[in-house]
Amino acid sequence: MDFSIASILALDGVTNGAVYALLALATVLLFTITRVIFIPQGEFVAFGALTLAMLQTGQVPGTVWFLVILAILAAGGEFIAMVRQGRGAAKAAVEAGKILAYPLAVSLLAWWAAPQQWPLWAQAVLTLALVTPFGSLIYRLAYESLADASVLVLLIVSVGVHFCLVGLGLYFFGAEGFRNPSFWDERFQAGPLMLSGQTVIIMLVSVALIVMLWLFFERSLWGKALRATAVNRLGARLMGISSTMAGRLSFSLAAFIGALSGLLIGPTTTIFYDSGFLIGLKGFVAAVFAGLSSYPLALVGALGVGLLESFGSFWASSFKEVIVFSSILPVLLWRSLRDPHAEEH
Amino acid sequence: MNRTPRRLKALAAAVLTLAAGSALADVTIGICLPLTGPASGLGIPVANQIKLWPKSIGGEKLNVIVLDDATDPTKGVTNAKRFVTEDNADIIMGSVATPVAIPMADVALESNTPHFMFSPAVLPAGKDAWSFRVPQGNAVMAFAMIEHMKKQGIKTVGFLGYTDAYGESWLRDFQDQSKALNGPKVVATERFARSDTSVTAQALKLVSANPEAMLVVASGSGAAMPHKALVERGYKGKIYQTHAAASRDLIRVGGKDVEGSYVVSGPALVPEQLSAAHPSKAVAQKFVDQYEAAYGKGSRNQFAGHGYDAVIILEKIIPVALKKAKPGTKEFRAALREATETMGRTILAHGVLNYTKDNHWGYTTETGVMLKVAGGDWKVE
Repeated sequence: MDFSIASILALDGVTNGAVYALLALATVLLFTITRVIFIPQGEFVAFGALTLAMLQTGQVPGTVWFLVILAILAAGGEFIAMVRQGRGAAKAAVEAGKILAYPLAVSLLAWWAAPQQWPLWAQAVLTLALVTPFGSLIYRLAYESLADASVLVLLIVSVGVHFCLVGLGLYFFGAEGFRNPSFWDERFQAGPLMLSGQTVIIMLVSVALIVMLWLFFERSLWGKALRATAVNRLGARLMGISSTMAGRLSFSLAAFIGALSGLLIGPTTTIFYDSGFLIGLKGFVAAVFAGLSSYPLALVGALGVGLLESFGSFWASSFKEVIVFSSILPVLLWRSLRDPHAEEH
Repeated sequence: MNRTPRRLKALAAAVLTLAAGSALADVTIGICLPLTGPASGLGIPVANQIKLWPKSIGGEKLNVIVLDDATDPTKGVTNAKRFVTEDNADIIMGSVATPVAIPMADVALESNTPHFMFSPAVLPAGKDAWSFRVPQGNAVMAFAMIEHMKKQGIKTVGFLGYTDAYGESWLRDFQDQSKALNGPKVVATERFARSDTSVTAQALKLVSANPEAMLVVASGSGAAMPHKALVERGYKGKIYQTHAAASRDLIRVGGKDVEGSYVVSGPALVPEQLSAAHPSKAVAQKFVDQYEAAYGKGSRNQFAGHGYDAVIILEKIIPVALKKAKPGTKEFRAALREATETMGRTILAHGVLNYTKDNHWGYTTETGVMLKVAGGDWKVE
């Protein structure tokens, strides 16, 4: 291995690492606010990439029907719950309508816009608008009633949600993969390195998002309020912070980040309905490196995973996955020695 | 008001007699295919072709039962057991998905029922005593590929394949065949997983080994990503793809990067372009005409071709077996197996088949056709 090969590998590792960083970030975000270890984070990546791919071919993406179905389920659940509480059918209908309004509107827009062959950036915005509401809808349907349950119960629910989403992904997008066009086709030559415009976009977007989230949670009142929910739900509620709102908001954010990662990674590789899981899992490894709590550490962990993966596949391609996932063991050991486990509540 | 139930009763009675009568005399074929689940893209074309099957062979009515295995091995075994116990099937077929076909072979072996798999499943010696493969194995496809490489004067090959059974068996078969034929040598082997988002590192290593050709072992649209990675790393040599990649999805996803690459395939996909000397030309053309008349232009595919070939086999073995025994009996099933093993050279849409007692793969080396991607379409080399 000489310097040029090492630099190509490093660039490849950092590019992949930047996407893992986004997913690690979403995982940390969800865990700190809702204590949910959200395994299906990667599914949002596949949904984002495939929705854009379907829009590119001029078809109505399956995500549209999926979104409508989820919204109807969530609205129906809310309606029944409110009527049972004896708060009147009229008021319940209004609440259910509020849940339905945005998903229905964006679905109709997508249904109308799909055959129009909009420019790429407009389709990308539409994709983000379509996938983001999945976050709060999934939270309402799967997690909200269990918000006070233990981390383990929430994890088990996550596994179930993951299998659901993968199965439905197959139904809505089909078994074959898609590759999206690049957002920026420019190529820069720097010695042995070939830097594509898409690589630059991936890195810039990832770093920007990480810095913004870090500032949000460390410096702003809103961010601190959300974090307070994680530390003590009851205490936060007594201080006037709605824990349900916090959950829905954080899930929407996670879905947005997932869809964005899908848009970023879509032009660099072929995405299948089930591609998200492994990408998400690598993000999860990075999040574990950060103890599921620190954004900057998650970034470091994600870059580490990306580099390990890239150099691992150069030296021993058949053991690449083994190398990447085994790297979690020393990290766990180090973490458990550094901060011994204390009972949370 | 009064007449409807009586009519229904009569109808039910008629159906019952028909069903009972048919179960006694007809040749019963139980077919298990993935119509749902991840492999449904492979199973549905076969099911479509089965709808075009003849109603009778050798003067006997065919009683065809198609069940869905949902790409689930457990369901496949349940279906196969149902065929042999409840339906008293003379022949079982399926599945298209290899993981489902393998346990079905056990049921065939236990019940001594002839079994035709629509998948090139590798079974331990003796386990396939009653099972026959309808698709081509990797070895005969590697033969066509190696012959083509020799013609091009290629001496060294780099291997980039899946880290699973498909990749490993191709590597083994390719190396064995190449040694026997005095063909090119594999100088570098790299692997990747279906879910990988980047193969840059593997491509770098392969390109630096500088072989004269590359063999990419992957399936469908998944074969495009490694191919593009090799091109992006500046590889200028010839790139070969296996028959699992011989689908339109490779061209759709790969775009201009897959232009000029070689893909090995069965002859059924391109009858118009085969030379007049190719043994399968006429049969393949008949298959394409029949299938596209029913399902539209350009709908032809590898798997429907296997469904078509299955009938050619049945038309050969059922009349022979009928001379020895009555359908629905143990003797008939044994006669069917014997007829298959001794049926001799048979021309199919997908090549030339010749099963023997020791060889349940059957294809002769005449089957593989090398295609070149040119102008976003296939071109026979």
